[in-house]
Amino acid sequence: MNWIYQPWPWYISGPLIALVLFLLLMVGKGFGMSSNLRTMCTLCGAGKTTDFFKFDWKTQRWNLLVALGTIIGGFIAANFLSNDTAVLMNPEVITDLQSKGFIDAGNAYMPDFLFSNEILTDPKGILLLIIGGILVGFGARYAGGCTSGHAISGLSNLQLPSLIAVIGFFIGGLVMIHIIFPLIF
Amino acid sequence: MRSIIYLCIGIFFGIVLFKSEAASWFRIYEMFQFGSFHMYGIIGSAVGLGIVVTQFIKRYKVKSFYGDNITILPKDKSFKRYMYGGIIFGLGWALAGACPGPMFVLLGAGYLPIFIVIISAILGTFLYGVLKAKLPH
Repeated sequence: MNWIYQPWPWYISGPLIALVLFLLLMVGKGFGMSSNLRTMCTLCGAGKTTDFFKFDWKTQRWNLLVALGTIIGGFIAANFLSNDTAVLMNPEVITDLQSKGFIDAGNAYMPDFLFSNEILTDPKGILLLIIGGILVGFGARYAGGCTSGHAISGLSNLQLPSLIAVIGFFIGGLVMIHIIFPLIF
Repeated sequence: MRSIIYLCIGIFFGIVLFKSEAASWFRIYEMFQFGSFHMYGIIGSAVGLGIVVTQFIKRYKVKSFYGDNITILPKDKSFKRYMYGGIIFGLGWALAGACPGPMFVLLGAGYLPIFIVIISAILGTFLYGVLKAKLPH
């Protein structure tokens, strides 16, 4: 059972994500985490300003519960199912990141540069997280789904729109890492 | 009872996302640097098996655990919204290193700054709702 405490390899993790898709379909629901962001807007009263948020949030209660479960799952995995959470990346990527100032690359799960509690007093770091978050939320709803809705369940349904969206995800990601990152880090 | 099932599916999903390192900012960076097969293996095997599962359910009209028909709503035909929206999402995915699922996982794992990303993502969703009519779809 020791393997549980190690990082899980892709050939275990990928099929388990497919199992999540299967379970959601079999309980009559679908896979789509970013829909919860819309529901949260509605819960905050956004329905008063825009029709897009005028819907009965209770129809999405099930998905909020999945999201709540995801938070609990993160807590369980980080605190009870992991000895060492350092992500062992490709050594060349580690060297590259360290030269950009991510000195904990190869020794941590998340970079301190963006995700340590000290960042809460660093305007540049906060700004980057805010911009990243806004882009994710805006883009996911514009595209009508995120990694779970388009890349996993959409491609599994052999939908052309999802393929277009996933190609878009990768264009955006590659532009950010290869063109914009050298300007900001 | 059903509520507990949804919660349990979420807990399982959260554990898989954390343990697979798909919720790690570093793995997303490495993926866009083509530094490792890891993320491609996860997404590829999930989609490969997902296709088998989804097509099987559709072809044999498998009933849900509750005996209902399973309907998978297709997305509307369009190019612009998926390409433009996808690119915007990708920019944010690479910068924050987290998409909506892993955001919740990281909150549970105790990385408090992810809370800023979640609030901003909700704000971004709100901005889309406000600007929707003005955007090409």
